Parts: sequence; structure tokens; C-alpha cells
Amino acid sequence: MAEEKHHIISYQKLLGVLGILIVLTLLSVAITEIELSRWATIAALLIAGIKSTFVLLIFMHLRFDQRIFRVMVGLIIALVLVVIFITMLDFMFR
Amino acid sequence: MSQVHRDDIGSKMGMWLFIFTELLLFGGLFITYAVYRYLHPEAFHLASQELDVPIGTINTIILLISSATIAMSVTAIQQKKKKLSLGLIAATIILAAVFLVNKYFEWGAKFDHGIFPGSEYLDQLGYGDVLFFGLYFFMTGLHAFHIIIGMVVLGFMYVYVKNDRLTHDNFQLLENGGLYWHLVDLIWIFLFPLFYLIA
Repeated sequence: MAEEKHHIISYQKLLGVLGILIVLTLLSVAITEIELSRWATIAALLIAGIKSTFVLLIFMHLRFDQRIFRVMVGLIIALVLVVIFITMLDFMFR
Repeated sequence: MSQVHRDDIGSKMGMWLFIFTELLLFGGLFITYAVYRYLHPEAFHLASQELDVPIGTINTIILLISSATIAMSVTAIQQKKKKLSLGLIAATIILAAVFLVNKYFEWGAKFDHGIFPGSEYLDQLGYGDVLFFGLYFFMTGLHAFHIIIGMVVLGFMYVYVKNDRLTHDNFQLLENGGLYWHLVDLIWIFLFPLFYLIA
């Protein structure tokens, strides 16, 4: 079959990413337990963003897939963010 | 033997298109959440303290591990390690079941305290609490529904790998099943801080 060779992700790499994800989870819990300001929420969301980037790139294989997949996912994430942003603008300034 | 036509990239792209619709579905719910939280910050803050952070954290870690095991099962099948791949798929399904059991106890505790949609106790608490718990039950419930579907999907993958319908050079379906499972994990990554970790 004339398919290009499929990239195989090693177990070590997957377990390494899992370790990072667990540490980040505990970090976001710790931050919100200690610091009770709105910045803690922003930090927790930022950490969630970093975690999802790891999941998308490694677990969901985007880093090793054809570029079209990264472009598509990037556009959809941008679309979701723009929709959230515009809705919040409309809501706050109407 | 006749060559069966197969389009792995097209198959994967179809899976991603479906995932996009899921992202938009949950994206809409997150907007609803953001607006109501903006309107009722105190009620959301107090109501979220009713939620069990340790159980939420444990469930987060369970989902992360299950995401890693299904990704490893794809690696295993590519290395022609069928037994390992089957074991890792089974582990993922078991972890999903553990997640649901925790969810059952978590929701059960809420019900025991009289907290469920439409309960008298919740009505007395006020509008913000009704909205918080309404969104909590709907969004985590919809997520749990995805977990159940994911378990069924991965159950099929287990059978396919066992029957050699999926092999080291034909595993796209398993990867697609894995993508769905990672999506479930991805949604929880945002649900967890937004409901359990409100500062």
C-alpha cells in the first residue's frame, strides 16, 4: 500500500505526557486552594489550556499528522474562542 | 485476494469533523455557564464549595490515565503486540467504569442532601444555585453520557482487535475510537476547574 509510514509514539513519551498532565492537575487544585482571587480562575483555565494542548498534540497525534489536521483544529478552536468572545462582548455591553 | 479500498486519512478526517461538532456543542454550554457565572458570582462560588474536590481530582486523574492507556494501545497494535493492545483497551474501559462509579457516589451524595434539578431544597437557595447545579448536572451528565458511549465504542474496538479485523497495518478505527476517548478527556479538563475549582 502506498501509504506513508505511520509515526509510532513510544510508551515512554506517552507516560511522560501523562506524568505532566497529572502534575498540572494537582497544580491547578493547589493554586485554587491557596489563592482565592479571580486570578486563580484564570490560572486554572490557563493550566487547562496547557493540558489540552498536550492531549491534542501527543495523545491525539496532531503533532505527527498531516498539516491539514493541525490547520483544521486550529481554525475550530479559533472559531470557538471568537464565538465566546463576541457573545461575552454582546452580553456585557448591550 | 482482492485489494479492499481503504482511506485512512479520510477516515480520520471524518472523525475530526465529528469531534468539531462536539466541541461546538460543549462550547455553547460553556458560554451559557460563563454568562450565568458572571450574573451570579457569589452563588456560583458558594455552590461550587458543595462539590467534592478530592473525588473530582481523582476522577480527573483516572480519565488522564485512561487517555494514556488508549493511546498506548494504538502504539501496541502498531508493534504487532495484540495481547498488550487488548489489555490496554480493556484497562481503558475499566477506568471508564471506575469514573462512572465515582460519579454515581458523587451524584448520590448530592441527591441525599436534596440537591437535584427541581428539588425543593434547591428552590429555596435561590436563582444562582439553581443555575449552578442545573448546569453542573446537565454538563457533567452529558459528559458521563459520552463516557458510556465511549465504553461501547471501545468495546467494539476490543472485539475487532481480538478478531484481527484491526491489525498492525490496519488500525485506523482504533485510532478513531481513541480520538473520541481523548475528546471525552479534553472536555473534562475544562469541566473540572470550572465547576470544582471556583475561586
